[in-house]
Amino acid sequence: MEFKVAGGRRTSFGDASDVGGVQSRLSFYSNSSDVDVSLEDFEQFAMDRLRVLKGIEEGRTRGRKAEEIDALVVDLWRKHMRTPNAADIATKDMVSHFVLRLAYCRTEELRRWFLAMESALFRARFRAESPESQRKFMEDQKLPYKAISSTEFESVKEKLGQVARSLNQPVPTADNTFYKVPFEEVPELVSARRVYLQRGFAFVPRDQLASIVVGQFRARLSKALALTNRLWTSTIAVEEKDRLTPIVEALSMRYLGADYSQPSKGFVGLQDLDNLAKNSFPLCMRHLFFNLRHEHHLKFGGRQQLGLFLKGIGLKLEDALNFWRSEFTVKMTTEKFDKEYGYSIRHNFGKEGKRVDYTPYSCMKIITSTPGVGDHHGCPYRHFSQENLRSVLEDQQLSSRTVDAVMEKVRNRHYQLACATTFEAIHGCPSDGINHPNQYFEQSRRALQGGGQAENTSSSNGLQSVPLPAHHDPPHPVERGTLPIPGP
Amino acid sequence: MEVDEGSAATSTAGQPMEVDGNPNPAPPAQQNEFSPDYLKLYYGRLFPYADMHKWLSYGHDGKHTGCDASFFSRREFSFTLEHDIYLRYLSFHDASTMEAAIREKCPYKIDIGAVYNVDPSKRTAYSNVGGDKVFSPAERELVFDVDMTDYDDIRSCCSGADICLSCWPLMTVAIKVIDTALRDDFGFEHILWVYSGRRGVHCWVCDPRARRLTNEQRSSIADYFRVCKGSEMNGKKVALTGPALHPSLLRAYTEVLKQYFEEKILLNQSLLASEQNFGKVLDMVPDESVRSQMRNKWHSSLPSKDEVNSKRWKQLKQLLEQGKSKGQVLRRCVEEIVFAYTYPRLDMEVSKHMNHLLKAPFCVHPKTGRVCVPIDPNNCEAFNPMQVPTLPQLMDELNRDDTASGQKQKDWERTSLASSIQYFKQSFLDPLARTNKAELESSHRAKLQEMASRPSLNW
Repeated sequence: MEFKVAGGRRTSFGDASDVGGVQSRLSFYSNSSDVDVSLEDFEQFAMDRLRVLKGIEEGRTRGRKAEEIDALVVDLWRKHMRTPNAADIATKDMVSHFVLRLAYCRTEELRRWFLAMESALFRARFRAESPESQRKFMEDQKLPYKAISSTEFESVKEKLGQVARSLNQPVPTADNTFYKVPFEEVPELVSARRVYLQRGFAFVPRDQLASIVVGQFRARLSKALALTNRLWTSTIAVEEKDRLTPIVEALSMRYLGADYSQPSKGFVGLQDLDNLAKNSFPLCMRHLFFNLRHEHHLKFGGRQQLGLFLKGIGLKLEDALNFWRSEFTVKMTTEKFDKEYGYSIRHNFGKEGKRVDYTPYSCMKIITSTPGVGDHHGCPYRHFSQENLRSVLEDQQLSSRTVDAVMEKVRNRHYQLACATTFEAIHGCPSDGINHPNQYFEQSRRALQGGGQAENTSSSNGLQSVPLPAHHDPPHPVERGTLPIPGP
Repeated sequence: MEVDEGSAATSTAGQPMEVDGNPNPAPPAQQNEFSPDYLKLYYGRLFPYADMHKWLSYGHDGKHTGCDASFFSRREFSFTLEHDIYLRYLSFHDASTMEAAIREKCPYKIDIGAVYNVDPSKRTAYSNVGGDKVFSPAERELVFDVDMTDYDDIRSCCSGADICLSCWPLMTVAIKVIDTALRDDFGFEHILWVYSGRRGVHCWVCDPRARRLTNEQRSSIADYFRVCKGSEMNGKKVALTGPALHPSLLRAYTEVLKQYFEEKILLNQSLLASEQNFGKVLDMVPDESVRSQMRNKWHSSLPSKDEVNSKRWKQLKQLLEQGKSKGQVLRRCVEEIVFAYTYPRLDMEVSKHMNHLLKAPFCVHPKTGRVCVPIDPNNCEAFNPMQVPTLPQLMDELNRDDTASGQKQKDWERTSLASSIQYFKQSFLDPLARTNKAELESSHRAKLQEMASRPSLNW
């Protein structure tokens, strides 16, 4: 299969072959077809699909049941995977899947995540299809699952009834479709004697069928990912290092939520800051803020992280300058401050240099930053020692049970879940997930103000299809490479 | 990986034999003695090397282009020698290499393991290199091990390593139930049952489909057969919930279990005669009123010894039947008791892992001197473990007929091993050969097709 991305030479990933399952909207993605794809589409399609997958992840971590996930997927798919021309959806589906395969084949953790999310996506889409469409799909994919005829049903009806009754379930009628499946495909059903076996075939009711087909999907994708990884490391990464590789590598780290570049609820005044810091700042910003108040100084990393956050909550440029100046001039002259620090504050607001309005850092960016000696930025859940983190949490009057729960999440490297747990303990209400410090702030304001109409830019799952502005990272070395996925 | 039965070879041989100069030493006084010298003779003249090689080659020893000459040499064997010396990851190139090794080392036990992706004796070349090159099993028969000691809580005639004709029917039941299920439920055909030499039976399922099963699938099959759970402390061993039994269990009950329970086990094991015994049965009844009713009744009465078990069973059944209307808890109680006392009890670990080693057929058990002969499942009621050929017996037969006929009859044909080896060849190897041929041809064809249409690496 070959991908021709505009502006570049053909990148060969194998032989072109039949497009599997384009008629049916479902696909095992066994092969891809020859398509011409622009570089923008290459990236954009993948990002849209990633939004769907991250939406699924969010649904799962919230403990949504299978049916709810099914509905969620339909929603997400409609929202993100639209194309101006309906016929192009299949192409977008395929291209986005294969691009993400490249992005998520590179480490064990990435592969596991991708496998889990794509399987959940496939399951939901399969279950949404009509029985006829499901049957056609299985036929096209040459899956050995045959619906049994009514004559065969009559011949085994009694036995099927016995199985059902042995499980305290209603006896199947002629309306239930049963599928004949090799017993190897359904070990869980065989194990628990939940299925009738006859000469090596299991008679599986229709509602169990999705599990089996999904099992096939998983197995194939798992193999494909291993293959892709080998291919990536041996040839593609190097061949494409000036073109596709940077895009692919950035994809797995991309934050896809609201960017908080414009404050959502109007501006905050200088006088409100202390109060807001005490009540609504996430731990990372609290720490920076109170450190600044205490030491009257912050190093570069801290100034960036806190400064941009304050901009995001609605601090105006003039107020920001006054704020920083008032702190710093405890230890230095006003002239020195204006000369050495004022410039970069104005720069962050897009008033200097190339006039880019920088966006506040997301949790992902903060977690992966590397605070050094004398630094106070970073994510406390990640970067503080256990004892320090514990004492900071206890200072906030959290119960020891909460602190233990938080520490447990930290131990399992679920830093954002730890932050959410803290949020919930402080505010006494559930959080919608924490992917961005400004999101924490907004959720906190909402909770403290009685949870009124949230007219903020973030949707309830922190994801939204805003056309991203020219997303520029401030001049700070960005860590690239194989990094784990944010969140649980 | 673990070796089944774990029983190490001990030198229980009686007096050292005078072997020099005498190719056929006289048998020891007792019949059931094991002797290393006899074992040597057994390996020299009776062990069916060619047949074993034919079995384990699954057709790859032929001339067909699809044959993989390395197949047999990728099979792991292990030997347990005298003094518990254990040799693992052995492999042989062909039948004669295998024969030479066995005759030379004279192992007290031979185990058969999996067919690996490379020759086991060369495995270290593959475990140090990272990435794809990993030493792993490629195929392996589906195996089961039924051991009488797993039934100790329900047999009173013997315990531990002993068996007798009173408890052996439990093995007969196990063979019948599992064999039927393997054929009717799972569709397997090439099933070899083997006497383990002392107190149990082994089952080798050799269909191509069975050999390709993953560990997870093997586990699921073992779990499919698991009915008796629970430990000593749990009075109830079997929980059959639901208003009906799964068809597999129902078939076992109506075709085998009920009959064997009422006609053999109940009587042989005297399940209801003594207080100790009937106490155990009553512990399985989850209804105190029924329990105390029966206890009181049986305390006082003393019917004639012959009938006590069946009479009491009738009484209990009647009471339980009446109790059904009282609630769900007694609904399946009769079946639960029958299942607890008869349904096969497998060693799960043996079946679950491809790399588990299991004793080879036609070995000789060092504790009993008996040969591990095949058992015909269609005739397993007639199998008598007490009449299985022993080493001394075979030596005797060899001695006797040596001078008598002078014909061109093979050694094994002149001994009581004849019927076992005959059965192995005709009822097992021949049908297997036909399947092997078909399998080789179809996989060869598939391979050719795949090579013809192979794309150069898909993404």
